[in-house]
Amino acid sequence: MRKAIAVVLSLGLVRGMLVGMAGAGAGMGVTVLLRAALGLSAWNPGPVVAIGTITGVLAYLAGLGAFSYWIRWALVAEPSKEGERHRYGWTRYLCVDINHKVIGIQYMATSILVIMVAGALALIFRIELSTPGRTIMGPGLYNRFMSLHGISMVAATLIGVSGLMNYLLPLMIGARDMAFPRLNALSYWLIPPAVVLLLTSQAAGGFDTGWTAYPPLSIKAPLGMQLMLTAFYLVGLSSILGGINFLTTIFKLRAPGMSFFRMPIFVWATLATALLQIVFTQFIGMVLIMLLLERLLGLGFFDPAREGNVLLFQHFFWFYSHPAVYIFVLPGLGVISEIVPVFSRKPLFGYKAVAISTLGIAVGGTMVWGHHMFAAGMEPYLRIPIMMTTLLVAVPTGVKIFSWLATMWMGKLKLDTPLLFAMTSIAVFLVGGLTGIPLAIVATDLDLTDTYWVVGHFHHTIFGGFVFPLMAAIYYWFPKVTGKFLNERLGKLHWGIMTVGFFTSYLPYFWLGLNGMRRRVYDYDPGLQPMHLVATVGGFMIGLGFLLLLSNLLVSAWRGARAPANPWHAQTLEWQVTSPPPEDNFPLPPQVVGSPYSYGVPGSVHALMPPGGAGEDGGKEAT
Amino acid sequence: MPKARKHLLILAVLVLVATAALAYLFLQFSFLPIPASSQASTIDKLFSAMFAIAGFFLALCLIAMLYAAIAFRRRRGDASDGPPIQGNVALETAWILIPLAIVIGLGVVGGLALEKISAAPEESELEVKVTALQWAWLFEYPEWGVRSGELRLPVDRPVLFRLTSRDNDVVHSFWVPEFRVKQDAVPGRETALRVTPNAVGDYQLLCAELCGLGHAYMRASARVVPEADFMAWIESLKQ
Repeated sequence: MRKAIAVVLSLGLVRGMLVGMAGAGAGMGVTVLLRAALGLSAWNPGPVVAIGTITGVLAYLAGLGAFSYWIRWALVAEPSKEGERHRYGWTRYLCVDINHKVIGIQYMATSILVIMVAGALALIFRIELSTPGRTIMGPGLYNRFMSLHGISMVAATLIGVSGLMNYLLPLMIGARDMAFPRLNALSYWLIPPAVVLLLTSQAAGGFDTGWTAYPPLSIKAPLGMQLMLTAFYLVGLSSILGGINFLTTIFKLRAPGMSFFRMPIFVWATLATALLQIVFTQFIGMVLIMLLLERLLGLGFFDPAREGNVLLFQHFFWFYSHPAVYIFVLPGLGVISEIVPVFSRKPLFGYKAVAISTLGIAVGGTMVWGHHMFAAGMEPYLRIPIMMTTLLVAVPTGVKIFSWLATMWMGKLKLDTPLLFAMTSIAVFLVGGLTGIPLAIVATDLDLTDTYWVVGHFHHTIFGGFVFPLMAAIYYWFPKVTGKFLNERLGKLHWGIMTVGFFTSYLPYFWLGLNGMRRRVYDYDPGLQPMHLVATVGGFMIGLGFLLLLSNLLVSAWRGARAPANPWHAQTLEWQVTSPPPEDNFPLPPQVVGSPYSYGVPGSVHALMPPGGAGEDGGKEAT
Repeated sequence: MPKARKHLLILAVLVLVATAALAYLFLQFSFLPIPASSQASTIDKLFSAMFAIAGFFLALCLIAMLYAAIAFRRRRGDASDGPPIQGNVALETAWILIPLAIVIGLGVVGGLALEKISAAPEESELEVKVTALQWAWLFEYPEWGVRSGELRLPVDRPVLFRLTSRDNDVVHSFWVPEFRVKQDAVPGRETALRVTPNAVGDYQLLCAELCGLGHAYMRASARVVPEADFMAWIESLKQ
């Protein structure tokens, strides 16, 4: 018994959460006492909880051990690294661990968990929406669920792309780990308190503003709003730290011979994503703090009665939140670019154009924020240039889609689950892109904005650019991560149900939007009910798909068929080491000599593996 | 390579057929509520143009992908790789330049349409001041100094809405689906929206920006009536 308690307490997560709660309680207690001593009303939930949140998060990080190395480093000239590498087995996933593969899996597991919770919320309010009027909940609860769903999914997506990039980037460029492994661990460990804060917000009245948190509504919202704002601040901080790490890793740690135009497209996507993360996340961080200060101290940034400007928030919010959708989708588009050539057995068509289009989307996406505000009251003349820049983003996006199709054309398509999910991603993302055009054109956007057309459009882009590519990535890299295959039959069933379910659920949204269905309402015109009912049925099919995925993951991790080092005969570097990869990836660095996708070219290889460092297939046999 | 040409020919035929079918579908069934303003007819034309372009690209990409999945699937026992085609400069240039031309063209057409729906008309406009509040609409007709909780407009006369929300209120958005255009009502500033209603009928004004608990029910009746009926209504408000 005592031993069991000792094991549980040795888990960083448990220790961190306990110390964190104590820290939060202490912070709140001291604030209450201070307020009483100063003659203020002792209990004012806003500032008391704000201080408690800060002390709680810091105490949690200290209790967890996130700062241990740095403290030792400050006290001792040359601290030993011994203490950091002793854990193996499942417990290392619940502790501070600096191996990028462990951190990648920590991110992925957290992301899938949050997706499940936020997806369950969506299914609950889809039941509400299946009939007009009140079905199972009133408008208050509906607004809270809808808001929590939105912001949790945004967080889950940011966490998920960080997970993919964390696991894959060092392996794909032939590096032993990320450039800053401890910073990497810190960026992951900022996530659990964010999730806890998001969930606690529901005990504090929740928030009813949608994920956009526009003031003045967000100024008037209950205490839960404040917890959501601090939660998202932590997610943003994690995202910035991750971006710094990815960028440095790409610039400094590529294997010898890996010039920029020999990098896999996923690495290009990581580069573009990291640039967006470090350039733009600060805007949301700043604007969240401004909202917090307005709520806590009454600073009138956005309050017109105190010379504030309501639209200022919207500009800053979309400065980040538009580039953020490219943070969500670029890694997913990178995943599609990895999978399509391997399963078509052909080189990626127009590699250089695809690589540059990735940066093109990222750069173009920085100048389009105003298209979210065409009807918001921004300067009317500014709408024309923003319409043009928005439309121009279609060009690099088109380059990607056409290149994938040309890669498949005349290939030898192996229709396994990774390719099937990649094909669904392409179809879904295509619909998402095409339905974005009338949103970019100001005149038609004035009809469509704030309707279900927008909701349908962004669910297509995020499912096509993140969720379905994530599914493809899971089926493709699971054998690498675990050394076992996922069940292919169950996988195909999962693919079929999720693909049909997705279109059943989200194609009706376009019709609904055109016919007067506003966003974020729990009641609607009875004439719209049939399409809402169809959408609800489709939503439950997507949910069933996720359950199938979960069961496949569990069953296959337990008793899946053994996977060799390179089961798909892929050329990129992660497949040239054993499955699962060695602790340090590449004991000796590989020598990159060619394109990562030269399938069908006789005798061509991406890299030469040093003797003793290669997996059982070796680099040369991969062609 | 005659075989390669055969595949491309089949693809071209299938894409043409599917585009025609989609165009027929879009023309045959209206996906929009009836248009009730001169702005709506401009916007609906833009919708049709975009549906046609989107229909073509949807058909092209989906059919190319499905055709590839069927015609180029790997046969059992074939472990060889496909042809090592790295790219094609002419094709890659084409799929940059053609979409570029299309989006620039759409931008120009879209800009002209915006100019058309928001330009000040030559005849005198009916001014209506709209105040949005949690959760109701107030309409003021300064020409006659009257107020009302429902919106009534004379048919075929251009209307200039001046919208605002109170300083201690939140953002709302003015939307009559049959008019097509939408404009937020923002605390602390005045925004403007031009509509020329051109079909008599009873419509609904909906708040389109999340504004709290009563958002779903923040509606008002919006009636477009003949000029004489409108004046009679104004007279009744004066008393």
